[in-house]
Amino acid sequence: MSSVVLKNIVKRFGSYTAVHPSDLEIQEGDFVTLLGPSGCGKTTTLRMIAGLLDPSEGEILIGGKRVNDVPIHKRNLGIVFQNYALFPHKTVADNVAFGLKYRNVSKDEIARRVEEALNLVQLPHVGGRYPKELSGGQQQRIALARAIVIEPDVLLLDEPLSALDANLREDMRVELKRIQHQIGVTTVFVTHDQSEALAMSDRIVVMSGGRIEQVGTPEEVYNRPRSEFVANFLGASNILDGVCRERGAETATLEVPLFGTVPVPQDKAAGISDGPAKLVLRAEKLTLMDARADITGMIAADATVETVDYQGQTVRYFVRAGDRSFQAINMINERPFPEGSAVKIAFRSQDCAALPG
Amino acid sequence: MRSASGLGWHLIRGWALLVYVFMFLPVAVVVLLSFNASQFGSFPMTGLSFRWFVELAENEAILRAFETSIVLGLLTSIISTTLGVLASLALVRYRVPGANAISTLLIAPILVPEVVLAVALLLFLNFLGIHKSFALLLFGHVIFTLPFVILVVQARLVGIKREVEEAALSLGANPVQTFFQITLPLMLPAVLAGALFAFTISFDDITGTLFWKPGGVETIPTQIFAMLRNSISPEINALGTVMIVMTVGLPLLGVAVARRLAQRSGG
Repeated sequence: MSSVVLKNIVKRFGSYTAVHPSDLEIQEGDFVTLLGPSGCGKTTTLRMIAGLLDPSEGEILIGGKRVNDVPIHKRNLGIVFQNYALFPHKTVADNVAFGLKYRNVSKDEIARRVEEALNLVQLPHVGGRYPKELSGGQQQRIALARAIVIEPDVLLLDEPLSALDANLREDMRVELKRIQHQIGVTTVFVTHDQSEALAMSDRIVVMSGGRIEQVGTPEEVYNRPRSEFVANFLGASNILDGVCRERGAETATLEVPLFGTVPVPQDKAAGISDGPAKLVLRAEKLTLMDARADITGMIAADATVETVDYQGQTVRYFVRAGDRSFQAINMINERPFPEGSAVKIAFRSQDCAALPG
Repeated sequence: MRSASGLGWHLIRGWALLVYVFMFLPVAVVVLLSFNASQFGSFPMTGLSFRWFVELAENEAILRAFETSIVLGLLTSIISTTLGVLASLALVRYRVPGANAISTLLIAPILVPEVVLAVALLLFLNFLGIHKSFALLLFGHVIFTLPFVILVVQARLVGIKREVEEAALSLGANPVQTFFQITLPLMLPAVLAGALFAFTISFDDITGTLFWKPGGVETIPTQIFAMLRNSISPEINALGTVMIVMTVGLPLLGVAVARRLAQRSGG
């Protein structure tokens, strides 16, 4: 178990910069997720930590030691790949034992630890089989067992769940988190799936265009986005241009079109100053109500439903208010508002966040 | 409607059968006549006999040619396969400047007519003042068996995911250990197939060999060619049968072995 520190790390491929100067500190035992769309530099960053790519600039420290010049096979890392990358010509037991053979571990000890690892991933009886005889989910568990059996300093997970189908993915999510808790290994997880990131991480590093946009706990990046990108990538947001009129001890007052004055809690309005500002309205926090409903305690505007995207438990509305369209994701009690109906869109001011304009 | 299409298929089937008969009948005749007791290598057959095989085994010149062919084939196969594996690794796994051009150059000998290649190499070596030798013959064979090895091995190597090797590296195996533990076993079927290709192509070759062989050295094909100039001896039929067994049987055996290996490795 070790901490991972990236100091001013840069990666260029020819004239293309995949990762702009970035700093990142990962605490010992933390589960940290690099989250972002494809091409944001998250996998490049992971591969630099792994030693599969050399950084163009900057330093990588694992457990306080600079590892820039340490080749991958001497870094003592466990890596789990998206496509499992099991050795097809070796049995499951030989796959799991592979890393131990290079670590001066006695035969008996290898057998014991392989069994232990297979137990940990809840596949104790498959040691004699070949990888292709297992399902995708089982193969990924074996890949995980193979990575953790060597007691790595850091566990690196490169989109390990994206090749699995939806139900299995959620099971594996819980499973992965349980195992990580149990062994307490520092873990870096790469994904483009925001719900995976929110569910599993101690901290999330949101990346975009080769830059780190925000680092924080799931609750922080979700409720207090620091940029428009973060607000939109973690769920859908409606972002309104406005003006900050006043910053008090508890709230910052924003003036936005349609809704008028909105007092945003100070902790969700960090970094804004008087003048132009943006109001972030989460689609899940924007409620559609009957045009005549009581809106006491809420801020509301009249709107017309344009599109209804029915999803069973929830519904996603696209509504028009004034000259712009809003997105709202609501739970459904009975049946959704039909397209074309006149409604009110309403929200509570404490559910908003503000960004510098 | 149904009967019409049925008839069409029957015609196509019949035609295909005729084509195969036309191609393989002569081969079958050679094999059949090699067991003919008559001293003329032609019909009618006068009885079943192994005498031509026995005479073959006692023919000093043929035995020498056979030995030459085997040694040449084995050396060609070993050198071609080694070079082919290394070239494929470089082209597929590493970023080599001008990789496309190199790849084309290595494959080119397949596309160039063999006679042209043979003459060109001969003229070039003449120009350099190098005389014909067994080494030159071997060199020539390596040049035109190499593309086959590269094509087969490269195709397999592309199918081996880089992540599998990266996983081995991450688990503590150094690059050399990774190659012998992971990459080589996974591409072994292709390596064996390439080696067999190289051997049979070399064993079969006559065009290039006629140009490159030094005086007095004969391979099986050039020996048959020389014997045919004098007379059609029934020994040639027997030799033909031996050649067929080697050049057809060996690859079939190889494919069977490769398939079993592949099955075991999930490839």
